[in-house]
Amino acid sequence: MADIETFRSETRSWLEANAPESLRHARGSSDALEGHWGGRNAEWATPDHKAWAEIMADKQWTAPMWPTEYGGGGLSKQENKVLTEEMGRLGLPAPLTGFGFTMIGPVLLRFGNEEQKKEHLPKICRGEIRWCQGYSEPGAGSDLASLQCKAVREGDEFVINGQKIWTSYADKSDWIFALVRTDPDVKKQEGITFILIDMETPGVSVKPIQLISGKSPFCETFFADVHAPVSNVIHEINAGWTVAKALLGHERTMISQVFGGATGARKGRGRLVEMAAKYLGEEEGGRLADPVYRNEVAQMEMDVAGFRYAAQRMNDEAKAGHQPGAESSMFKVVGTENNMKQHELMVRLAGPQGIGWEGEGFEDDELDLTRAWLRTRGNSIEGGTSEIQLNIIAKHVLGLSG
Amino acid sequence: MNLALTEEQQLIAETASDFMQEKSPVSRFRELRDSGDVVGYSKALWKEMAELGWAGIPFPEKNGGAEMGMAELITVLEAAGAVQAPEPFLSSVLLAGQLLDRMGSEEQKKAYLEPMIEGNTCLAVALQESGPRYNPAHVAARAERDGDGYRLNGTKAHVIDGHSADALIVSARTSGETAGEEGISLFIVAGDAAGVTRTRQQRVDHRSTAIVELSDVRVDAAARVGEEGAGLAALRDVVDLATVGLCAEMLGGMKEAFESALAHMKEREQFEVKIASFQALQHRAVRLFIEIEMCRSSVMAAARALDEDAANKAQLVSLAKARCSDAYVEVANESIQFFGGVGVTDEYDVGFYLKRARVAELTFGDGNFHRDRWATLRGY
Repeated sequence: MADIETFRSETRSWLEANAPESLRHARGSSDALEGHWGGRNAEWATPDHKAWAEIMADKQWTAPMWPTEYGGGGLSKQENKVLTEEMGRLGLPAPLTGFGFTMIGPVLLRFGNEEQKKEHLPKICRGEIRWCQGYSEPGAGSDLASLQCKAVREGDEFVINGQKIWTSYADKSDWIFALVRTDPDVKKQEGITFILIDMETPGVSVKPIQLISGKSPFCETFFADVHAPVSNVIHEINAGWTVAKALLGHERTMISQVFGGATGARKGRGRLVEMAAKYLGEEEGGRLADPVYRNEVAQMEMDVAGFRYAAQRMNDEAKAGHQPGAESSMFKVVGTENNMKQHELMVRLAGPQGIGWEGEGFEDDELDLTRAWLRTRGNSIEGGTSEIQLNIIAKHVLGLSG
Repeated sequence: MNLALTEEQQLIAETASDFMQEKSPVSRFRELRDSGDVVGYSKALWKEMAELGWAGIPFPEKNGGAEMGMAELITVLEAAGAVQAPEPFLSSVLLAGQLLDRMGSEEQKKAYLEPMIEGNTCLAVALQESGPRYNPAHVAARAERDGDGYRLNGTKAHVIDGHSADALIVSARTSGETAGEEGISLFIVAGDAAGVTRTRQQRVDHRSTAIVELSDVRVDAAARVGEEGAGLAALRDVVDLATVGLCAEMLGGMKEAFESALAHMKEREQFEVKIASFQALQHRAVRLFIEIEMCRSSVMAAARALDEDAANKAQLVSLAKARCSDAYVEVANESIQFFGGVGVTDEYDVGFYLKRARVAELTFGDGNFHRDRWATLRGY
């Protein structure tokens, strides 16, 4: 324990000495998907944000728990917790975030060979390369393993032809990790390969997708005779499904974290109550004037609180040595559905002010809310539909066959 | 707050589950129902449970208890709920026992709490009256000074295990008007005291409550539990404890109903396949599974909040009871549907769970009651 306290005091003084003044206590949302993503065309909110990422990369604390030889901090779980707490104490934002840290990094650490790890992980840690994920195809959604994007081997290279869809931020990314069909003649899961492709390679093109909310991070990504070296294959050729499944688990956990913790203030009035009071009025003493909406607001807050305690139980049980089963599927279903229900309720609370698209007569918050509600309709689809999660639990937890 | 079971809690849970499955399968409750029994539970089994220490879990060692808390007690109640064991944990341990522990004199603890902890007696709390649903402040019964004692008059209703309890703790007014927050006092009276008339109320779940009529019941000042007028806060506290205890029982019940339905789905064949292979049923089953997991987390959190006297404990009690109330009924309804026609026959046990689900839902407040309470506690 003495060691960890030493680490804490050292961390505290280092952060005090090095973190830019302007970023202290300026932390907005803690959502894992917000923040600065780095990359060849990185966009920074302020020069201090850029400086902060560089300072932390030099310290090797952008990926605190990755091994030091790959640019990580080599911290233990306990030390990482202290670092998070100390950053929280100063209200500092995460220096860098993105799919490099949450998705491809963990995959490389588990499945990558030494050369691949040395090549890619340090660039993630330094924010030099931004990654995107090429999984879904127009004909392969829930049935992901039926994907058809084809990679044919020619000597030391694969030649790739086909299309990916729902590629988040493909238009801003430098590299893509993709699932491609390398053997069409075997069981569909057994002919898939996981490969890394530089988006600047000739033949790669990207087209953004417009959603019902009017904007979106999603793109279509096309491959026309794209050449990628065989050395970019992760794990083995035709063993990509194993890698894909491991990564989907990460993705579900990430999504459920994002949606699970997003709302429901523990103390004071939450956003739902504030909105109900604003749009439907309150009585003296603060009781919401509309009893029906009051019940709905309470139900929603309780659903969010219930989710939080379920997540805490999973964490506490994991610490006690319990092996997690299909919990990530359960949390994906509940977390996303809570988020969707909450946005619907907020739009209904706002009433006619909740249905603006743009222009006069609506506050910016109201217009943002409408768009956010529309965006949430994708939550129970992206990252594996709710129905696919139910299938996973039915099969692997409840033992229901067929 | 830690929401993982400690080794000790795990051990209590396993012991309780093994005991209940062996000594108290659902068939035992069925026999009790069909035998024309007048007690409502098995005195012999209550004694055995007490000998395992369960009736004393939350009480001080000097009274024969184990000085543990709700986090431990709920593991036993869950096991009891799974097999529909009707032994008087709610009435004796969580309501009456806790009132005596918090408010009782040393003499009262010796005379009433300790024999209950040993499993020799059953105690009940007569806190409700007919009319108001769940408000313990709605007390019309009166306690008038009579020399150095009191004279009790009034009618209590829905008294859990009240028809057979050895002693009753009764709420009655020493001042104030019906539904007023002030002036509610507690008195302990023997079940067979002069002037006490008890009428068994048959409920749909085949368990019993009682109407207790008090007609000039004379008690000494020493029968008053706690200070005069100090009853309401204590009643509210123990009702919260009992509510979480009931939630744990509900959790055990919903899990058992669900698992029995799952087992049936894996056996039952139609159209030449097991009905478990139908996705229309699989997804509904998974929804129930998720709901039960959510209930478990909320019940464990509420129990720990009570043990730790957390600032938000009342909120967590409402969170657990709202969720369990809605979930148990839904799980029971769906389980019957999974069983198909046999699910609505008396021969199958699943009907017991539906009946208990409804009774438990409407005891200590249903989902709407607790959503209202949650909103009030959070200031809106």
